[in-house]
Amino acid sequence: MRQFLFFVQKEFYHLLRDPRTMFILFGMPLMQILIFGFALTNEVKNTHIAILDNSKDPVTAEIIQELQASRYFDIVENIRSNSELEPAFQSGKIKLAVIFPPRFQYSLLHENKADVQLIADATDPNVANTLANYATAIILNYQNNMKGQEEFPYTINTEVRMLYNPQLKGSYNFVPGVMAMVLMLVCAMMTSISIVREKELGTMEIILVSPIIPIRVIIAKMVPYFLLSSVNIASILFLSVFILDVPIQGNLVLLVSECLLFTITVLALGLLISSVTDSQQIAMLISLMGLFLPTIMLSGFMFPIENMPLPLRTISNIVPAKWFYYIVKTVMIKGLGFSYVWKETLILMGMTIFFLVVSIRKFKIRLE
Amino acid sequence: MKQDLAISVSKLTKRFGAFTAVNEITFDVKQGEIFGFLGANGAGKTTAMRMLCGLSFPTSGEATVAGFDLFRDAEKIKKNIGYMSQRFSLYEDLTIRENIRFYGGIYGLTDQQIKTKTDFMVGQLHLQDQINKLVKSLPLGWKQKLSFSVAMLHQPKIVFLDEPTGGVDPVTRREFWTLIYEAAQNGTTVFVTTHYMDEAEYCDRVSIMVDGRIDALDTPIELKRKFNAPSMAEVFVQLARKAQRGE
Amino acid sequence: MSVSVKVNGVSKSFTTGKVEVKALQNISFEVSKGEVFGLIGPDGAGKTTLFRILTTLMIANKGEASVDGFDVVKQYKKIRNRVGYMPGRFSLYQDLTVEENLSFFATLFNTSLEKNYDLVKSIYQQIEPFKKRRAGALSGGMKQKLALSCALIHRPSVLFLDEPTTGVDAVSRKEFWELLRQLQTHGITIIVSTPYMDEASLCDRVALMQQGKIMEINSPKGITENFKKPLWAMRSSAMYQLMLELRALNEVETCYPFGQYHHVVFKGNPVSEDDVRRMIGNISQREIEVRRIPATIEDCFMELMHQ
Repeated sequence: MRQFLFFVQKEFYHLLRDPRTMFILFGMPLMQILIFGFALTNEVKNTHIAILDNSKDPVTAEIIQELQASRYFDIVENIRSNSELEPAFQSGKIKLAVIFPPRFQYSLLHENKADVQLIADATDPNVANTLANYATAIILNYQNNMKGQEEFPYTINTEVRMLYNPQLKGSYNFVPGVMAMVLMLVCAMMTSISIVREKELGTMEIILVSPIIPIRVIIAKMVPYFLLSSVNIASILFLSVFILDVPIQGNLVLLVSECLLFTITVLALGLLISSVTDSQQIAMLISLMGLFLPTIMLSGFMFPIENMPLPLRTISNIVPAKWFYYIVKTVMIKGLGFSYVWKETLILMGMTIFFLVVSIRKFKIRLE
Repeated sequence: MKQDLAISVSKLTKRFGAFTAVNEITFDVKQGEIFGFLGANGAGKTTAMRMLCGLSFPTSGEATVAGFDLFRDAEKIKKNIGYMSQRFSLYEDLTIRENIRFYGGIYGLTDQQIKTKTDFMVGQLHLQDQINKLVKSLPLGWKQKLSFSVAMLHQPKIVFLDEPTGGVDPVTRREFWTLIYEAAQNGTTVFVTTHYMDEAEYCDRVSIMVDGRIDALDTPIELKRKFNAPSMAEVFVQLARKAQRGE
Repeated sequence: MSVSVKVNGVSKSFTTGKVEVKALQNISFEVSKGEVFGLIGPDGAGKTTLFRILTTLMIANKGEASVDGFDVVKQYKKIRNRVGYMPGRFSLYQDLTVEENLSFFATLFNTSLEKNYDLVKSIYQQIEPFKKRRAGALSGGMKQKLALSCALIHRPSVLFLDEPTTGVDAVSRKEFWELLRQLQTHGITIIVSTPYMDEASLCDRVALMQQGKIMEINSPKGITENFKKPLWAMRSSAMYQLMLELRALNEVETCYPFGQYHHVVFKGNPVSEDDVRRMIGNISQREIEVRRIPATIEDCFMELMHQ
């Protein structure tokens, strides 16, 4: 045990004494979160919108007034028919259209409810989402003010339609994505490099010739990165909740356990890489090409998997990040419980065990 | 500068922060001379040699190499010197012919010149059958001889050799020195470092660096007489034992 | 005396691309307990491969080997507990201090510096003043001593040193060999490789290796005594010229520069200086110093290379 602890201590020395490693470990996650965060919180101001008022009654006039008054919107066009909508969006003149159905006031006063339709240009999903949210907020605000005067509650339903990208891929989903990327980087790349470095340095020869059991070497190499990854997970979650206002909807314990499971998966992958390479550059290249790229391209984080051609969809199934991404999205963003992700968790566990077994068996007790 | 001096160095100094790697060294090397540049590990040999090759900018002092000022014309110096080190010499994954072509191209030789040189070199080293083989398939000794010839490709006025014979078998080591002698006979100045003390005896003059300074500089015969030592190895040990600093 | 290391008919080859390199060809030798055994040869002789097989890092294609009576393949774990190994490259952690390196390797072998201090003492005392310094900032000689201390920390019965003096200056080399001699008094078997022929005389016995084969195994004295041809040292004021002229003579078999002299072997093996002077009578150079000398290991090595 003492032997093992010393090994772990030594690994920490290596980590703490190399500023570049420290930067990759802690600077990168921070930077990624902030970069994505800023892309998201892009403030919306004086966005051009169009109004299609099929009712033209006092209530719609008031709502339009409210919209015009807000600093977010600028009404540039009053459209007379649905057919004019599409050209307006296509020419890029407007980002949002507010459509009132005929007899708006009548439905509201007599049926106590009316519908407003919001159509947004979702080519930039983050912006579209923000716009729709702002417009909805203004309309709800108006409805609440009305409520104060009357005895029956009026409800105005806003029906939001996203043009061009109905699923709004991208929005808050970047947090699970960044998490997958950071863990890939920290665990897979750094572990593989740290083992391969010992091969390059020649210290691996001495360690192999010593009585230490190879499996202990492997675990001792994994421990520091596992701990550092935990720190990273915590800091990413902290940043997303408190700086970026992406709340954790689901169970925190479940979320963290899933993250730790994924950490072990990637550690095993890093180990696998280190056992098949002899130079730091190649380890780095394999980590980037073999792990990092698929994580970005095929996990569903950047591009929706549903829209991919069949071969890519099939390949995406062997990318561990895809399952992890799905799990975190479900638990963290949608707030669903374990019963919704047990299948994915099982797949991830299976992969982890497979990678661990293969990499431990491949770990060479000799030089070749 | 005198015409027959290949290298003329005066109070050349290189500091890294508070550490003075090379401390006011002064010496001349004559044209066609074989100049042995010895020193203990960390005495500053490599730093001094890098400065003379124009790879590292001196902190102070004066120096001319191949007739050019080290401070102003470092790029011209590079055209007139050859450099070979034990570490990196030839591309292992290129053939002999490709290596020669590549280096010929770097130094601006014409296709005709490269062809003539290739034929001459391959004949001299008896590599006719190997010319289209990858360099990595050659034994170390041949690689070393070949990389020396490549360093001489553009007929430099001075050739710098950094431990050219490390790890080479004794016969090849002597064949290598034959190449050095031939180069010197043809007027090339040879500036060489080595850990083999018998090789120090082959040099026309030898300087020995200790702690960044040149502590001794003379012909091997004179050095042995001055230090009352039977061999250059003994001279070296006497001087290097005084060294205070490490690498 | 008991046998410490036994190598019997070991061969090993590597294939890189299409080329098969025979790193070791049918190597056999024995080393007794407490002996300093030298593997002498240039790069590519197969020294490192041999070390790796003996330290259980590689498996031979053919033949068997044992260290302290344990088979290097089947009982590799036993061997890993009892040998010290210093690979050719500097193999310590550059970013750890001297002290940290030592205690790391000590715990790796389940021991501590204190337990074997008597063994490491003479070496460690020389680097102790720098114990807080990172290994990467040590001088070449100091690194060497630290590496040796680390290899000795668990009191190995056999010590394998792969080219410990390569690239090290003459003074540090001398000091290093003095340390090895001290270690021998502790009964440790030492197998050391070197490309420097002059270091052969510091071993009890040596194997001269070239291209994967052992050319001769003997004591240094035994090897030089086996050089039967009379060897002549010569010098003049123009050494290069002298060499060219000597080599041009029909009577000269070999002529090699050896520091301040040329070592010359003549056909017909003349034994008197008069005969030699007659043979070189036509040389243009005047005042040639001629004397008969005993062969060095290097002379023998080159002689063996030609066979």
